[in-house]
Amino acid sequence: MYLLRRAWSEIRNEVLVLPSRTLVLLWAAGLLLLPLVYDDAYVLRILTMTCLFAIFAASWDLLAGYTGQVNFGHALFFGAGAYGSALASLKLGVSPWFTVWLGAALAALFGYLSGFLCLRLRGSYLSLATLAFPLIGLGLLFAFPDFSGGELGVSGLQRMITGPTANYYVACVSMLVVVFGLWALADSRFGIVLHAIRDDEVAARASGINTPRYKLAVFTLSAAAAGFSGALLAHYLRVAGPSTLEVALSFQVVIWGIFGGVATIYGPVVAVFILYPLTEWLGSFKQFGELRLLIFAVIVLLVLLFMPRGLTPWVRDKMETQCPRCKQRNSFFKKICRLCGAPLQSKVTRAERLVGHQ
Amino acid sequence: MLQDILVTGLVNGGVYALLAIGFSLIFGVARIVNIAHTAFYMLAAYCFYTLLTRFNVGFTLAGVMAVAAVTLLSLLCYRLVIEPVREHESAVLIATIALGLIFQELMLYSYGGHFLGVPSTIDGVVRVLGVSIPYQRLLILVVAAIMLLATWMFLYHTRIGLAIRATANDLEVANLMGMNVHRVAMVTVGFSVGLAAIAGVVATPVTSVHPHMWLDPLVTMLAIVVLGGLGSLKGSVLGALIIAYVEAITVFTLPEGAHLKGVAALGIMVAVLLARPEGLFGVAFEEER
Repeated sequence: MYLLRRAWSEIRNEVLVLPSRTLVLLWAAGLLLLPLVYDDAYVLRILTMTCLFAIFAASWDLLAGYTGQVNFGHALFFGAGAYGSALASLKLGVSPWFTVWLGAALAALFGYLSGFLCLRLRGSYLSLATLAFPLIGLGLLFAFPDFSGGELGVSGLQRMITGPTANYYVACVSMLVVVFGLWALADSRFGIVLHAIRDDEVAARASGINTPRYKLAVFTLSAAAAGFSGALLAHYLRVAGPSTLEVALSFQVVIWGIFGGVATIYGPVVAVFILYPLTEWLGSFKQFGELRLLIFAVIVLLVLLFMPRGLTPWVRDKMETQCPRCKQRNSFFKKICRLCGAPLQSKVTRAERLVGHQ
Repeated sequence: MLQDILVTGLVNGGVYALLAIGFSLIFGVARIVNIAHTAFYMLAAYCFYTLLTRFNVGFTLAGVMAVAAVTLLSLLCYRLVIEPVREHESAVLIATIALGLIFQELMLYSYGGHFLGVPSTIDGVVRVLGVSIPYQRLLILVVAAIMLLATWMFLYHTRIGLAIRATANDLEVANLMGMNVHRVAMVTVGFSVGLAAIAGVVATPVTSVHPHMWLDPLVTMLAIVVLGGLGSLKGSVLGALIIAYVEAITVFTLPEGAHLKGVAALGIMVAVLLARPEGLFGVAFEEER
């Protein structure tokens, strides 16, 4: 009883005071409860894919948004996870519950290697060089079709679990765990170091931070998360094909990340949850079927023209204001700061501001 | 085989150099990583195809009109899409990706996904040292050489070229010296996309036209530019030749060459970057800070 009351007061004081946190809570609860009230197989399928891509997008954000290593070849890790897990489960005959971790480990290895190659590269050089990595992998896959299945990929995989609802829960719970894990990590001291590396690497090194080690750690970690989502997707679709390594997927994750707002973790997740079901939904109309990528691109372009920093920072600034004194965030309807009592002057009219100046 | 490698490398190198120089110029002057650059190359190819097969205008007229139309379109895109978000680097990046996707999907919608063939501009072959070179490839080579020369003249012997180089060198100081940086950026975008469009027009008869034709040259072009050093023209031309020859050698000597040519080219790029992170002729990072 005490624990319950404690939990309730935690929720009321820490979560419900801010609209953004309330929304996150509602979203997580909604995802977990959805199959109980509405279990249409098609909707669950789309949401399962959305959850898996959300892991992928969040892992890109840790690398590109926080650390500034804007990776144009994130599909390499996705593909490594998918192919690693698929080949392991097919050739060794192990249960997918085990090979998914193998896939993630293989992706982490690739992440370490590409991080090692990219240590000395910066900015646009890094982006353009990383674009090459998945394409090298793709070329090798096509050159050795006996091993990789060539164009068709590795098919005939086992699912992790049978039934659409069960599969949905696997994807959804892994997504929540990984995304909240990444979020907690990005909010910790580790995340602050990553911010420092992005903003000024030389200054970070001067402050005694071993930046190469941090960069390698982030590459490995982000790749592991991306590989995990790739492996889950391969087992869900029961095929690991060359499309997991394509340029289009690498670009897709960049679009998701920037559309949602970089260096937030939740931004890319929101973007995936908006854009992926939207494109699928548009594709379900016959007359839009061929146009869906076009509409997708136009929407992204228009949103960016109005919110160049991405969707979530814009929405967040509308919903919340920052206290001028203690820098804590408050919801938009508060007149004074909830923690330090300082007046929040964001809504001061022009006349008042002039008077205050005198 | 040696002669084949020599000729193929030189011809492809010419096309790649046209693309890479344009990309490099835009990056150097406006700091835009223009992913849509090869999409303009694709648009020029489609434009050329339409003018030739549907409207039956002559080769020269079709080529000139295609290049002019694509250049105008690029200026329009720059004005409407890129300029409003110029301060936000990441927004510019995905704006160009989105532009590329939009062009691809528009072409897919209006022409379908088939491979379209454009008839050769000039038929016939010439025999040099025992290899037969179609006139079309010779034309590509000549046009590429002329355009490279014209680019050099434009950049080093005109006032606007001087302004472009100054802006590429230091944007703020160029602005303080009274150069209209926005107009310089516009001119650069127009000129660079014009180069890409010319490459598209001359190269279409030897390749085929389809909505995804921009992705392969995109990757090759990025590899070349990174290899040669971002923003360096010398590096772009040299990088184009290196990559084109590596591709030609892989295709003609290895059994699975067609699949491995990209791997070889990108592998060379990674190797160069490991030794020299700023590319062959790039500016060292410390100077850029």
